[in-house]
Amino acid sequence: MEVPILRQGQYLIASIQSALTDADLSHLREALIAQVGRSRCRGVIVDVTALDVMDSFAVRTLRDITHMARLRGAETVIVGIQPDVAFAMVQLGWTLKGVATVLDLEEGLAFLDGRTKERVVESKPKKPSSRG
Amino acid sequence: MDTKKSMSVSTRASDPQGALTESSAGLLRELVAHLRQNRTQLREEWARRITRAELLTAMTEEEIFAEATAVYDNYVEALETGTFEALQAYSRRLSERIIPRGVETDEVVGIVLLLRDVLARSLFNKYQDNVEKLNRILDSYEPAANRIANTVAVGFVEERERIIRQQQEAIRELSTPVLQVRERLLILPIIGVIDPQRARQLTEQLLRAIRANRAKVVVIDVTGVAAMDSGVANHLVQTVEASRLLGATVIVTGLSPEIAQTLVTIGVDLSEMATVGDLQGGIEEAERLLADRAAMPGPQAGREPGMELTR
Repeated sequence: MEVPILRQGQYLIASIQSALTDADLSHLREALIAQVGRSRCRGVIVDVTALDVMDSFAVRTLRDITHMARLRGAETVIVGIQPDVAFAMVQLGWTLKGVATVLDLEEGLAFLDGRTKERVVESKPKKPSSRG
Repeated sequence: MDTKKSMSVSTRASDPQGALTESSAGLLRELVAHLRQNRTQLREEWARRITRAELLTAMTEEEIFAEATAVYDNYVEALETGTFEALQAYSRRLSERIIPRGVETDEVVGIVLLLRDVLARSLFNKYQDNVEKLNRILDSYEPAANRIANTVAVGFVEERERIIRQQQEAIRELSTPVLQVRERLLILPIIGVIDPQRARQLTEQLLRAIRANRAKVVVIDVTGVAAMDSGVANHLVQTVEASRLLGATVIVTGLSPEIAQTLVTIGVDLSEMATVGDLQGGIEEAERLLADRAAMPGPQAGREPGMELTR
């Protein structure tokens, strides 16, 4: 299933709506990293609220997206990890070190705003959000 | 052998050994009639012996006599009908009444055995001239009486266990409150012994509360925890990490000197955990973190109204 990637101001938002196959995840990663550069984004939000399970490949993909996006100049934040998923991940030792995680989309936007504050101040292009 | 005898008591009609069954049924009827006739005298004797043996000291003499009467009637009825449901229900109700008053298991077993003795003694007296008949009467009396004693004692123990389970559940619920002290700040005071089951429950409740209250900072206070082993410590670390995945920072406060020494000695890695000496310091630190956050631009900045992605 294709994951929609929305553009919201300076940020890209990928909202995962259902369980994804490994191929879907790889595709999401490639699409996100390509778009970060193309649309000159400062931040990426991956919303996993809808996921009830997360396997090692998904966790690794999230980490890879974070690191790759950073190389392309954007901060990434993972939002909406479910409590049960969080604890299962920790028990398996997948703690997503070095990856920012916050409660929900609103927190994610606030987090990115905080992170990119200095850079946002210098120029603030107001573009309408568009599907990418 | 007891099984077979009590079987013949409870299923008289379907027993193929007609003659034997008939006579034992007759004996049982005679026995029940005897117990009905001497009801007043026997239950008084029983109540007297209960008092003398200093059982049921938590109850007054009138109460003992009232309960004794009820038990006696149920006892005779169970002997007569061979069915134990009524007695079971009664002993459950009785247990419900007397357990809160501090009646112990040995007392309940004691009084039922006393009743058995009192009744057996009265049978000895009645049939002392006819030993052969006494034997046959006792043959039909004993298995039923034993089963009655069993039923009452088991009923009592089961009720006790039910209450204990209920209380354990209640204590567990009580002992894991997740409190919101202000917007986005939760406190989880842990008191008492943490076993693996409770640790898991704590974590579950905390993670849910973080989500429900949209908490940003959590202070876990372990002042009331006397000891911690490596399993519990690792669980605590996992809880801290899981909370981080939900976007909440955890501050652990009140680690006692003993626990601090134990944890370092057994080599639990707590380097990822923010710890503050006491609860007051923990809350101050939490407020500092929240103030830092509030200084950031609000979530509405750079966002257009009407866009909803979360469901």
